[in-house]
Amino acid sequence: MNSQATAAQVQTDAAAAAPQGTAGSPLVGPGEKAKVSARKANVYYGDKHAIKDVALDIKQNEVTAFIGPSGCGKSTFLRCLNRMNDTIDSARVTGTITLDGDDIYDRRVDVVQLRARVGMVFQKPNPFPKSIFENIAYGPRIHGIARHKDELEEIVMTSLERAGLLAEVKDRLDQPGTGLSGGQQQRLCIARAIAVSPEVILMDEPCSALDPIATAKIEELIDELRQNYTIVIVTHSMQQAARVSQRTAFFHLGNLVECGDTEQIFTNPQHRLTQGYITGRFG
Amino acid sequence: MAPRSPKAYDPAATVAAEGPTVSRNITDVVNAGLAARYRAEKRFRAYGIIAILIALSMLATLFATIIAKGYPAFTTTVLELPVTVERELVANAQGEVTPESIAFANFATPLRAALDAQFPDVEGRAEKRQLYAILSDGATFALQAMIRENPELVGREVIVEAPVSSDFDLLYKGQIDIALPESQRRVNDRQVAWFQALQDRGLVDSEFNTILFTNGDSRQPELAGIWGAVVGSFYTLMVTLALSFPIGVAAAVYLEEFAPKNKWTDLIEVNINNLAAVPSIVFGLLGLAVFLQLFGLPRSAPLVGGLVLTLMTLPTIIIASRAALKSVPPSIREAALGVGASKLQMITHHVLPLAMPGMLTGTIIGMAQALGETAPLLMIGMVAFVVDIPGGPMDPATVLPVQIFLWADSPERAFVARTSAAIMVLLAFLVVMNAAAVLLRKKFERRW
Repeated sequence: MNSQATAAQVQTDAAAAAPQGTAGSPLVGPGEKAKVSARKANVYYGDKHAIKDVALDIKQNEVTAFIGPSGCGKSTFLRCLNRMNDTIDSARVTGTITLDGDDIYDRRVDVVQLRARVGMVFQKPNPFPKSIFENIAYGPRIHGIARHKDELEEIVMTSLERAGLLAEVKDRLDQPGTGLSGGQQQRLCIARAIAVSPEVILMDEPCSALDPIATAKIEELIDELRQNYTIVIVTHSMQQAARVSQRTAFFHLGNLVECGDTEQIFTNPQHRLTQGYITGRFG
Repeated sequence: MAPRSPKAYDPAATVAAEGPTVSRNITDVVNAGLAARYRAEKRFRAYGIIAILIALSMLATLFATIIAKGYPAFTTTVLELPVTVERELVANAQGEVTPESIAFANFATPLRAALDAQFPDVEGRAEKRQLYAILSDGATFALQAMIRENPELVGREVIVEAPVSSDFDLLYKGQIDIALPESQRRVNDRQVAWFQALQDRGLVDSEFNTILFTNGDSRQPELAGIWGAVVGSFYTLMVTLALSFPIGVAAAVYLEEFAPKNKWTDLIEVNINNLAAVPSIVFGLLGLAVFLQLFGLPRSAPLVGGLVLTLMTLPTIIIASRAALKSVPPSIREAALGVGASKLQMITHHVLPLAMPGMLTGTIIGMAQALGETAPLLMIGMVAFVVDIPGGPMDPATVLPVQIFLWADSPERAFVARTSAAIMVLLAFLVVMNAAAVLLRKKFERRW
């Protein structure tokens, strides 16, 4: 398939369809403040150009969903936001990505501190092979957030409570986290992420390994967490994006094709690629 | 990827076009080939079973011969000889029996007197020497130890469990063919008759060979033991473990987690894999040139042996440790980094604990390899004849496999059994170590 031609076409189309600053634009209006914003963000894996000139703002206390076909770069872009791509030797990021106006790729930025501010939940539930308590206490402990034991215990309890897991596990905090069901494990991972009080939580397809009931619980949780955190979620399920997010960004072949209010994206997509994707004609 | 037209692929149309004609044939075709496929599978399984049977029969032969040859060495023959140690023999100039005077006394005299008492009709120096040859030199040590422990036995008749010399030990175990002409065996007819007489009087007994497990090496087979070699092996392995485990793990962690992937690290990796295949004697030559010549470390010392074996086991440990590190799922690493752990925290808190069983397994296997290694130790002088039990890693020592090599090389018949016995001990150690590695792997396998 002539992806080169398509990509070029997408770029021109995207530029034409989404002039900056208007409704349905990836950028916030003049009066609003963005929590995270990217300008001219490019990511390369060796020779592969995975993210092309993405400009996007993410607003505080909102859920922003990234959708798009497999390999479109939505996960890659998500991983740029807490510099998780640093762990891949061949990955190279250019452009600027800011958190509260500060460039996170600045030389002076400590990646450890950044990841404490921008937490992450992964596709596959990945609790540490340790007890439930230790799973959540780990983050606060390495950052020295809790001054003494009681405080640490309190953090663990509140995190579990917020993740909606406390009632299910409070009698077995010393049991291994890997012994929980898939959905519980994922909520444990969310509890682990919020235990270090991040400002932004990145979720990379958090429900793709879960059954519908566990998924519903996580979605409910995401909606609650929005009060306190800024959430970015990558999802393959368009229904999920429609259910949980306020804003949606559609990626295609490394380009940000369209971004806007979720309702507008799903009811009145501006770009024909978005239209094609959400109506299920490709992807 | 442009939007596809809905008519590009229509499964129903495809089946309608070519389905029915093909499907009838397919059943026949599959059935025709089925028998051949199952035959091939059966044949393949038969090959596998044959291969395993061959390997098992080799192993069984090995064990059978070693055990058959080695088990007599676990018993030894003693003479329960009534002996009287006269006071004047052990007393010093002042007429007192002190530990010192016992140490200098000649205990061969009362033993010879006891044998003379058994056979009063033996006369002449030559005949008497033949008679005394029944007893081992160890008999005097046994008697001395008895008196040292209990000096009150001086002047009284005591029963000494005196070890017989190896030829009579073999005679008692039936390993000397008396039917052979006298000139072709190491015991002559008179000696056989004397020994038979002692047996008839109920003075000959067989007991567990503690000497084999408590003594160092000796020129007399009945006094030779493996304890010196076991202690030497222990010190050598301790040095090896203390060096190779931390160095190996540190190297593996650096190469796997920190090192950039470039030509230099590729080169290092290739060389580590090459080192694992280098003949071990080469490491011995290296140890000779570097540790002995250049650094002037003592010859035959477990310290140097340990250093050489460290060089030899390092590749094994590094390769196993890297494999263990690689097998830690990336999701655990991401989880740790995701909550803000630094790289070192990720490694020490999460990756290393998960990789540790694999690393330990590799280390134990490396140690087992080192325990069985002979060739490089020959180069650094650990093949010396060492009677004393080494008291530390700087003392001259030998190790179990080298002891086996030395005994296998000895001309005395009695060493044949002892060689096999030492092999059994070495194999037991190896089996225990490898079993520990397997258990460790089973216990900690896939905890995530």
